[in-house]
Amino acid sequence: MESFINTELSSRKSLNDSDYILQVEELNAFYGSFRAVKNVNMSIPARAVTAIIGPSGCGKSTLLRCFNRMHEVAHGARVEGRVMFDDNNIYATGTDPVRIRCHIGMVFQKPNPFPTMSVLDNVVAGRRLSSLWTKRSEMEELAEKCLRQAALWDEVKDKLKQSGASLSGGQQQRLCIARALAVQPEIILMDEPCSALDPIATLKIEDLMRTLTEEYTIVVVTHNMQQAGRVSDMTAFMLMSDDRAGELVEYDTTQRVFTNPKDKRTEDYITGRFG
Amino acid sequence: MPRLNFDKRLQNLQDELLVMGSMVEEAISRSTDALKSRNLALARQVIEDDKKINQKRYDIEEMCVKLIATQQPLARDLRTIIAVLNMVVDLERIGDYAEGNADIAIRIGDEPPLKPYIDIPRMADKANEMLHAALDAFVRRDADTARKVVAEDSVVDNLYDQVFRELITYMASDPSTINRAMRLVWVAHNLERSADRVTNICERIIFIVTGKVEEVGVAKR
Ligand SMILES: Nc1ncnc2c1ncn2[C@@H]1O[C@H](COP(=O)(O)OP(=O)(O)OP(=O)(O)O)[C@@H](O)[C@H]1O
Ligand SMILES: [Mg+2]
Repeated sequence: MESFINTELSSRKSLNDSDYILQVEELNAFYGSFRAVKNVNMSIPARAVTAIIGPSGCGKSTLLRCFNRMHEVAHGARVEGRVMFDDNNIYATGTDPVRIRCHIGMVFQKPNPFPTMSVLDNVVAGRRLSSLWTKRSEMEELAEKCLRQAALWDEVKDKLKQSGASLSGGQQQRLCIARALAVQPEIILMDEPCSALDPIATLKIEDLMRTLTEEYTIVVVTHNMQQAGRVSDMTAFMLMSDDRAGELVEYDTTQRVFTNPKDKRTEDYITGRFG
Repeated sequence: MPRLNFDKRLQNLQDELLVMGSMVEEAISRSTDALKSRNLALARQVIEDDKKINQKRYDIEEMCVKLIATQQPLARDLRTIIAVLNMVVDLERIGDYAEGNADIAIRIGDEPPLKPYIDIPRMADKANEMLHAALDAFVRRDADTARKVVAEDSVVDNLYDQVFRELITYMASDPSTINRAMRLVWVAHNLERSADRVTNICERIIFIVTGKVEEVGVAKR
């Protein structure tokens, strides 16, 4: 059938192991004794957008946070299984979670710029915290590059010294994306990055996500099915199983999932007949 | 959780396609009757009614566009709507073939028939039977039946070859029959094409069910 959703990935003949940047193997995530994510296996292709969809509470955010060791930050939380990032298990003993988070960044649902910092300082904040003393001029150069990549430069170039909180919601979210980019990660995880934004700002972020795939890998959790259809190459559908643990029901190209899903539960969910 | 409003509108869409299907079935059988019984009024009626078939096509297309624009259909719902968009094109063309045959019936007028009409009505009956079975398969979302209907196309093809050869013999032995024989070749050709269009419809039904476009019958000629 003619592709009318995303074609980029499905037109690549078949993916080799080396085309995957993250390999998730037998992943289980717990909050205390409660298992929130159960036996997830999935391979995330590099320089593509992978969307995670599913009903509220099915474990999407939890799974996403397992991809950069943010899950274990919650009290009593732990992870079983492996997440292979360039052949290294990010859960291997001795691996520094802070270093992992430099390679695998995160953008949250609510734009959260540091309110007391200027736009410019916001962009380089993560960079400053994560490393490496850098010269002011280099910081400014980096900030400009990231603001351009985040499609925000033209709108803020005259107010770099103003507070980050003075920007509109959509601008703040792009500022947070610029901040994530400044750490120069390889993967950016986004948890409902557009849910606080209006439709125009949403489309801007979506365009940005597509453009970013030239260099970055994006994994995005979204409640907006149309958004998953518009931006992603791969779609993962999660559902709570009988013991309330989130399971991966179907994972395939977005085109396949949106036009002809294999699993009846996926079909019911994406055609809006779920529940 | 069903989507009551959406499901109702999908059902309406299907009903309208079936209405269009029966209009087309009627056009095929009436145009053939008009030819057989040299009923020119009936032939004119078929030509007049073809406008309604064309209008039905546009109405159904508009329903599809509205559903896509407002309901964001996906998966099987999307495939159904896309399939209907394609099926109305084939139905409309079959209607045009019937109109063409009605037009030929008028041109033949009350010329004496070359020979008794036997194989041509058979072709029309078979094409109609295929169309009816295809619409049934659509309602039941039955890919197997759709594939069987496609296989029936060879019956119409064989009848066409038979009619064609016979008419050639007439023309070769008596050139004064060429005009009349050529008209009948066109009638048979239109019926043969109609059956081919039914196989397209069957492909769309298979697509709704399986999500794959199978070229089931290779369109000949
Ligand atoms: N910090 C926490 N402590 C204990 N349980 C938690 C915690 N965070 C989430 N959970 C539970 O884990 C399960 C999965 O939650 P999660 O936030 O991953 O779902 P989600 O799919 O992202 O939902 P939503 O779409 O509403 O954001 C839920 O049952 C939730 O109650
Ligand atoms: Mg969540």
